[in-house]
Amino acid sequence: MTVTFLMSAIAIGTVLLFGCIGETITEKAGHLNLGIPGIMCTGTVGGCLFVSFYMNSLEVIENASWIILILSSVFGAFLFASLTGAIYAVMTITFRCNQNITGLAITIFGNGLTQFLMHSYVDKTNFSTAGKIIAKCLPFADGSDGIVKVLFGHGFYVYLAIIIALITTFIFNRTKVGLNLRAIGENTATADAMGVNITLYKYVAILIGSGIAGFGGVFYIMDYVKGSWENASTIEAFGWLAIALVIFTLWKPNISIIGSYLFGALYIAAFVFGNISFSGREILKMLPYVITIVVLIVTSMMNKKENQPPASLGLSYFREDR
Amino acid sequence: MNKTVILQLKNITKKFGTKVIANNNVSLDVYKGEILSILGENGCGKTTLMNMVAGIYYPDSGKILINGEEVIIRSPRDAFEHKIGMIHQHFKLIDIFSAAQNVALGVEGEKFNLKEVNNRIKEMAKKYGFNINLDKKIYEMSVSEKQTVEILKVLYRGADILILDEPTAVLTPQEIRSLFKVLSAMRDDGKSIIIITHKLNEVMEISDRVTVLRKGDHIATVNTSETSEKELTEMMVGEKIDLNINRTEPKNSKLRLSVSNLTVKNPDGYNVVDNVSFEAFGGEILGIAGIAGSGQKELLEAIAGLNNYENGKLIYYHPKKNKPVSFFHKTYKRVMELANENAFIDEKGNDIDFTKLTKKEIKELVNSEKIIFKEDEVIDLKDKTPREIRELGIRLSFVPEDRLGMGLVGNMDIVDNMMLRSYRKGKSVFLDRKRPQDLADRIIEELKVNTPDSHTAVRKLSGGNVQKVLVGREIAAAPAILMTAYPVRGLDINSSYTIYNLLNEQKQKGVSVIFVGEDLDVLMALSDRILVLSGGKVSGIVDARTTTKDEIGLLMVQSKENGVTE
Repeated sequence: MTVTFLMSAIAIGTVLLFGCIGETITEKAGHLNLGIPGIMCTGTVGGCLFVSFYMNSLEVIENASWIILILSSVFGAFLFASLTGAIYAVMTITFRCNQNITGLAITIFGNGLTQFLMHSYVDKTNFSTAGKIIAKCLPFADGSDGIVKVLFGHGFYVYLAIIIALITTFIFNRTKVGLNLRAIGENTATADAMGVNITLYKYVAILIGSGIAGFGGVFYIMDYVKGSWENASTIEAFGWLAIALVIFTLWKPNISIIGSYLFGALYIAAFVFGNISFSGREILKMLPYVITIVVLIVTSMMNKKENQPPASLGLSYFREDR
Repeated sequence: MNKTVILQLKNITKKFGTKVIANNNVSLDVYKGEILSILGENGCGKTTLMNMVAGIYYPDSGKILINGEEVIIRSPRDAFEHKIGMIHQHFKLIDIFSAAQNVALGVEGEKFNLKEVNNRIKEMAKKYGFNINLDKKIYEMSVSEKQTVEILKVLYRGADILILDEPTAVLTPQEIRSLFKVLSAMRDDGKSIIIITHKLNEVMEISDRVTVLRKGDHIATVNTSETSEKELTEMMVGEKIDLNINRTEPKNSKLRLSVSNLTVKNPDGYNVVDNVSFEAFGGEILGIAGIAGSGQKELLEAIAGLNNYENGKLIYYHPKKNKPVSFFHKTYKRVMELANENAFIDEKGNDIDFTKLTKKEIKELVNSEKIIFKEDEVIDLKDKTPREIRELGIRLSFVPEDRLGMGLVGNMDIVDNMMLRSYRKGKSVFLDRKRPQDLADRIIEELKVNTPDSHTAVRKLSGGNVQKVLVGREIAAAPAILMTAYPVRGLDINSSYTIYNLLNEQKQKGVSVIFVGEDLDVLMALSDRILVLSGGKVSGIVDARTTTKDEIGLLMVQSKENGVTE
């Protein structure tokens, strides 16, 4: 019971973690991307589409290679998600549209497009087989139980998320690229005056951030629910939770590893503890948002500048504007 | 002159839109190892010109040559590549970064290693005589420390041409002196320094040559040693102007505000205003001097009701004496309350007994303006809201460093900004746009605000014009106490004197003017009395007519020497 609970918490947490890192990278560049839920959806389609291409090209589907499945799902998810992110990027960077409205539009668009494509073009027949292969864990953890299973019994994506979170933290804090990126989010005009290529940084941050967020959806469908498409609408809900998580983790990807597992645990608790009433379950599902609000209040009361959102978040930038 | 030309501007023209010509056919040479001042009025295009050298703007026509070769500077990055660095008036620093991180920002082509950055900065600081703590975060720094970081940033990139936009606008005399020392050291090291300024005395003190711009045109470039302040002023303004502040003796001054034992704590629990007591009278200008951050802002805000004070008393004497009741109060209830307090007399000076009169008769008497106040009303400001205090006639116009921070909304036009103070007036549910429009037009005309029209967003105006709008609006409200802080911060001579004259006019009207200033010469020429703050304490109140700069300077640093502050 505990093992199942923790495994599920980490799995849901991983979905959130991908979304959260993606959104954090975008926000560090000064762009509030409310399109993340939609982008996670289109990322899912991309991953699924490439997986189905591969599966359909095989004669014996049970012989599908783990590495090719992983690669095709990663590639497809990143491609579709960053393409959707590119729409957002063009609108908000080049045309300086309002970021909130653009983001919301992207979410609605992405969700709709996903439902349309998944129900018409994507061949889902071999998904359950593909899902089983993608979800394979490390050989030595196979069939284990207890703490070993909780730590090592997951599929590739769970570890990918942690690695990306750690790399992102390193880039933010230890490299010049990170310094420049954070500077853009804090004070775009200053970064510009210091000779940082604002447009390039913003585009790259949004494209990479979106691509990473896209992994969340494909992981959920292919690994966690093993190729079933029935609960796909929850991906959008995860997207919103991921945005809340960004605030909860104070824009720090390393904290977001812990934060996402906590959110995942709160989310899944509602399902694992089956003997609670419907209303009790809904209250549990609300908890992450309540905690986020509490964190917002606490950090704003502490008034520590380092824990505030990037100062230029949500503002369009045009050099000759006064 | 036997010097090498490092930077040449040839026939530079820049227009904003179709109407505004910021620079018209400007040509200019800068030599290696000199300090060149660019002098000019507010909005004469001096910052725009330098922004084109620094890559912020791109000229419409004309050439920029460096070491004799034509260069194209499309971005600040290009400027850095040509070893040009600009220190902007509004600092371009990342608040949550440390000094060293800010310096390292955007530097290309070397491995990122903060330790090495630190060492290199320390070396430079030693060479030119800077004093800086590199691990300090920008938001914890004073203005002059921030400026130091800006200069280091530019030097770190190996700039040979440094452009400083109004570098002394927010510095204390001591800080200006150390800045000038650093600038001289850099000049002696072979760097070319361009200072954009409108302060004549500084031009004379620091620069080797002066370029004067007027309304976008290049008027002349002269050697500082061969010119005088007077000549420069004439070139700058284009006509002879009277630069005297016409200070009159205060007459029939009446007590307006009495502050006793006022203490204000900042969020860290430190007394920013410490046991301050003073009185302000109508018909006089009370100057407030002090090093930046000595509690000036907090003191004024406490009076205006904008922040809570720890303890102390603020008593306001509402100037009602000999004014008719109907001027202030129209409701029967309030009039009767005041009558019970025995606040009224009739025209002949006799007490009035309301008890025998009917309600209707009282109303008639009040409306005929025959009942007047006996004395000024004594009001404790403790329980009043900022709005009530404002309506009592206590007006605050505070010009913060970023100008738009307090009192004006940048994205709204001038008329709408007027309405911020008047939208509650009028009975209709719809806004009255007529009167704010009239007021905006009047301010634009009387204060010579340079704007396309009254519907231009305030943030698009230049700094001086923004200040005129702000100060003009507060004065238009016919205040009883006018508190103004740094109203001429960053303004050119003409605009500054417009504002000084406005304050003097208010004083002659019997308004009690409280003027927080930076320039001691102006404080001494404008004020009647000067209150000196030091570390939140009153270190002295002196007569502005007899005091000396040294006396005030000593008072400004007094308690610091006793180790009370910081």
